[in-house]
Amino acid sequence: MAELKLTNVGKVYGGKVEVLKDINMHIATGELIVFVGPSGCGKSTLLRMVAGLEKITSGTLEIDGVVMNDVPPSQRGIAMVFQSYALYPHMTVYDNMAFALKIAKKSKSEIDAAVRKAAGLLQLTDYLDRLPKALSGGQRQRVAIGRSIVRDPKVYLFDEPLSNLDAALRVATRIQIAELKESMPDSTMIYVTHDQVEAMTLADKIVVLADKGIAQMGSPLDLYERPENEFVAQFIGSPAMNLLHGTIKGTGKQTEIDLTHGHIAIADIETQAAEKGQEVNVGVRPEDFRIAEEGEHVFFEGAVDYVEALGEVTLLYFKAEGDADPMIAKLPGTHSDLRGQTVKLTADPARVQVFHQGLSLRTR
Amino acid sequence: MDNIAGTKSSLTWAVNISVVVLVVLWLFPTLGLLISSFRTADQIATSGWWKAMFPSEQNLVLRTGDPDDERVERDGVFVVEGNLFATGSEAEISVWGTSSREISAYEAGETADLGDGETMTVESNGDYVWTGDAEQLTGRGQRIFATAVTPPEFTLDNYKTVLFSGSPTDNMARAFFNTLTVTIPATIIPIVVAAFAAYALAWMDFRGRALLIAVIVGLLVVPLQLALIPLLKLHLGIGIGKGYLGVWLAHTGFGLPLAIYLLRNYMVGLPRDIIENAKVDGATDFQIFTKIILPLSFPALASFAIFQFLWTWNDLLVAKVFLIDASGETTVMTNQIVELLGTRGGNWEILATAAFVSISVPLIVFFAMQKYLVRGLLAGSVK
Repeated sequence: MAELKLTNVGKVYGGKVEVLKDINMHIATGELIVFVGPSGCGKSTLLRMVAGLEKITSGTLEIDGVVMNDVPPSQRGIAMVFQSYALYPHMTVYDNMAFALKIAKKSKSEIDAAVRKAAGLLQLTDYLDRLPKALSGGQRQRVAIGRSIVRDPKVYLFDEPLSNLDAALRVATRIQIAELKESMPDSTMIYVTHDQVEAMTLADKIVVLADKGIAQMGSPLDLYERPENEFVAQFIGSPAMNLLHGTIKGTGKQTEIDLTHGHIAIADIETQAAEKGQEVNVGVRPEDFRIAEEGEHVFFEGAVDYVEALGEVTLLYFKAEGDADPMIAKLPGTHSDLRGQTVKLTADPARVQVFHQGLSLRTR
Repeated sequence: MDNIAGTKSSLTWAVNISVVVLVVLWLFPTLGLLISSFRTADQIATSGWWKAMFPSEQNLVLRTGDPDDERVERDGVFVVEGNLFATGSEAEISVWGTSSREISAYEAGETADLGDGETMTVESNGDYVWTGDAEQLTGRGQRIFATAVTPPEFTLDNYKTVLFSGSPTDNMARAFFNTLTVTIPATIIPIVVAAFAAYALAWMDFRGRALLIAVIVGLLVVPLQLALIPLLKLHLGIGIGKGYLGVWLAHTGFGLPLAIYLLRNYMVGLPRDIIENAKVDGATDFQIFTKIILPLSFPALASFAIFQFLWTWNDLLVAKVFLIDASGETTVMTNQIVELLGTRGGNWEILATAAFVSISVPLIVFFAMQKYLVRGLLAGSVK
């Protein structure tokens, strides 16, 4: 029902500490946008600026074409779900959900209808006259979501809504939020999380925030397959992408890179002859590695330092050279016998990333 | 392993001993006042209050019935029979005598020969038989000096005197209501003012907020005595004069710094998310205050209310300065007790009763609301 436009939005605390600068973003009606990023990157601040709980230091925020910079939170047509749920502890579930409508002086029957509808949607009907302290964590979370649904906002804002739940409940509630989104295809949602699985599964678009700005914005698979820079490449995906240092040796339709540890990497990336000799980092996701068969091109060779067998997959940790992060390979199936052995790995050139000065050559 | 949190501190015994000392220090005088207020002046004079629960041995001077009225002639001898005590008494006589020089001449039940055939028998329960001829049994009743063990005895007479007698010097009833008239508004007004101020200082952003908080903390250390005379001058100057309004304002002023400080500390500890959520929900600052902050601050409000109530109830100084004038119409209980000390200095039973009437309300308040005292005070300071 609403589109958001952020133009050159920035945030400075106390005139000195710059947290965010030049955030440009367009969020279309009905999109679910997820902000991710390392802690302290300003993702919650950005959300709170959209909500109106933090002042926007520079730039403009528009909702449906109306500049909202100085509009109080309640008149922006937004509803927010807080990490701590922020339920009013002295009010019943019903009163919690009805609070905003009572403030807005809606009629009793209107309030009752809205609350009961939201409660039905979230399976809270049996708990309407309980106090928040008599609810479980998942129920409290649902009340918090119900409280925002009742207001029928243009934009839903979620600030790490699942981080206080245990793992099993998190999955269940995540699915519930996805279903909720599906049942309200017109509502725009912004969702802040540090959990990648949440980001990948829920988002139409992920915004990776880093270093005061947007590192990359795109669909989850886009970010996974075509990261624009080393930061996004390493941030999305778990375990993080391996980076190997090297110099460009062969150019053309495919690029050959001389890796510092001795082998040669091949990537399906077009390069110009002039780029020969450039220092680059080659990025390979642990799950893209596989054991090289006889006669195949060997990408990496090393002794397995440590093995983590997870059942469906096995993580191989290789000895780190110097102060670099250890290389990690994720192989399907069980390979617990590989510890201490020297393993030859290869990777599909189509899935290999090359970064020059932190930026991807594939997406330039 | 010794310093794990939750294990007993080696100072537990010190804590226990000080608790016991404090309890004893507080309990004994209070109990003494309570018991003394139910005793007669004679009981207070002859034995301490701690003996009031047990039967006490007393030397009594009793007198038999008037022989001219009560003697009956039986077999040529005149007899007076009866009981030395008032009906219902459970005193028990151990020894007795008929002369003040020999008060323990006879055992109970013994028959004393009073000469010329006149005899006296006194039983331990006070029954006596006095025989003699017509000449001997005349005039007033025979005096009996008895050492008797009397059971504990309590009386409500003191309370009747103090509360209902209507005598202008002893009567505490009017002072009691005067104290209530001072105390209730002097508790409510500062709480209302302080709650608003505390919310603003805790949750509203405005210029100079930190400075204002610092000033309020600074006011906490200003001694009340410093302000008495200037404030009274002000009251007289602007026409409030001495009276209830003046004393309410004074108590409000003196109570406000602590009230604001306590309530602000409590409110600042309330979760920010809840208040922000209310803002997103469209509540104004006033609605946030009345619908969210006030209900959640109830423990702190209650604890401050208890404090303010207790010290305005027990206040003498502020009342003397701002309230009590020559008419005496507005005297409060503390002042009434001071006056009683002058007029009835020797009547401990009256003083004890008056004092107990005065402390009874704080006691009730304390015991009824003690859970808020601790909770409200700790909240805000300790998480």
